[in-house]
Amino acid sequence: MAVQMDKAAIREMIAKRAAQEIESGYYVNLGIGMPTMVANYIQPEKEVVLQSENGLLGIGRSPYENEVDADLINAGKETVTASVGAAYCDSAESFAMIRGEHLDLAILGGMEVAESGDLANWMIPGKMIKGMGGAMDIVHGSKKVVIIMDHVNKHGDPKILKQCKLPLTGEGVVDRIITDRAVMDVTNEGLKLVEIAEGWTVEEIKASTEAELIVSEELLHMPASK
Amino acid sequence: MKQIYSSFHEAVKDIKDHSTIMVGGFGLVGIPENLILALVESNVKHLTVISNNCGVDDWGLGLLLKNKQIDKMIGSYVGENKEFERQVLAGELEVELTPQGTLAERIRAGGAGIPAFYTPAGVGTPIAEGKEVRSFEGKEYLLQTGLTADISLIRAYKGDRHGNLIYNKTARNFNPMMAAAGALTIAEVEELVEPGELEADAIHTPGIYVQGLIEGQQEKRIERYTVRTHA
Repeated sequence: MAVQMDKAAIREMIAKRAAQEIESGYYVNLGIGMPTMVANYIQPEKEVVLQSENGLLGIGRSPYENEVDADLINAGKETVTASVGAAYCDSAESFAMIRGEHLDLAILGGMEVAESGDLANWMIPGKMIKGMGGAMDIVHGSKKVVIIMDHVNKHGDPKILKQCKLPLTGEGVVDRIITDRAVMDVTNEGLKLVEIAEGWTVEEIKASTEAELIVSEELLHMPASK
Repeated sequence: MKQIYSSFHEAVKDIKDHSTIMVGGFGLVGIPENLILALVESNVKHLTVISNNCGVDDWGLGLLLKNKQIDKMIGSYVGENKEFERQVLAGELEVELTPQGTLAERIRAGGAGIPAFYTPAGVGTPIAEGKEVRSFEGKEYLLQTGLTADISLIRAYKGDRHGNLIYNKTARNFNPMMAAAGALTIAEVEELVEPGELEADAIHTPGIYVQGLIEGQQEKRIERYTVRTHA
């Protein structure tokens, strides 16, 4: 079994791996929570524009205390700065960028992903429904959608399923899943295991994944967290 | 020349019981703070409110909620508000959740005279229930209707007496579309200036969409104060 990592280390490992999905020249939307952390690990030599669906094309770093502007937040409602060369827009235009497939990549969190690329990440029946925010638009607009999440839920049950049990955010929208244990691609043939984390065997990954996994002939190791 | 109100109380006087209103803002950013406060004081009831969020427990639209003035809320994310949850579970408040981009476009469409449009967001999800699905070039889309309001309450940075508006940074969000979608649009501005003072090429909302203005000072509360502490 893999070395037990604490929650923060797991999040960092996933975020670091997700940052490698981002190529120079990309326009990228990062979801709220762990996906927002991905920005911290984008290699500085890459020229990347981060889009925030509340109307900012070019999210900058967090502000110093004396730079905080209450009128400048990201979609997670955190105070941010604008990057050099950023542009503001209204919400309709922001989602026109998204819906119109102008974004190269979206990295979002997930509750469940099915082998067909279905995503569920917005509601649990019986619990208070907070709303989907921009997720349903973003999964249809980006050229590539990457979901980052834990491989299993807090009870140890698979989150990568044959079919989602929770209400969907989008049908057949996911291209790649990155977890603490593996990287998987949604392909026409099915879900393909392309990378495996240090300390895990293919059998262990299969056992913790409900969906059928096709093991890539060029299976790689996920980069270590440190 | 537009109506320039002398008080926020006067500015919201046309909002009656059972009115449908749009309220600008994303989170607490770009909300018409003082117009909302005046609406709380007016105590009008049974409102349908169209806004991306519903404020927090003690600020923004959360105040209207606490005062039980809202019957129905149309928005995309309402997770920052405990009273909201209580009222929904108690059956006191009706909610229509709409994907954020769909909400923005429904408001844009409403203000632009477009009754409905197709969008991919929500296909195969609970949002699609009861909606027409149509295929274009092999991809499925949902029919969504445009939204309009009796009155739109919006917030801008600068406005002139012709109603031309400029917003500040991410405080723009839903405000421009709501300006156009309200039969009566009232803008709370940080600074009211004379016509000609705003660069015509820099105006975000042309004055034709705005019927009344009032200058006010905002608290601009921050929901998630996030700073860096070292270089």
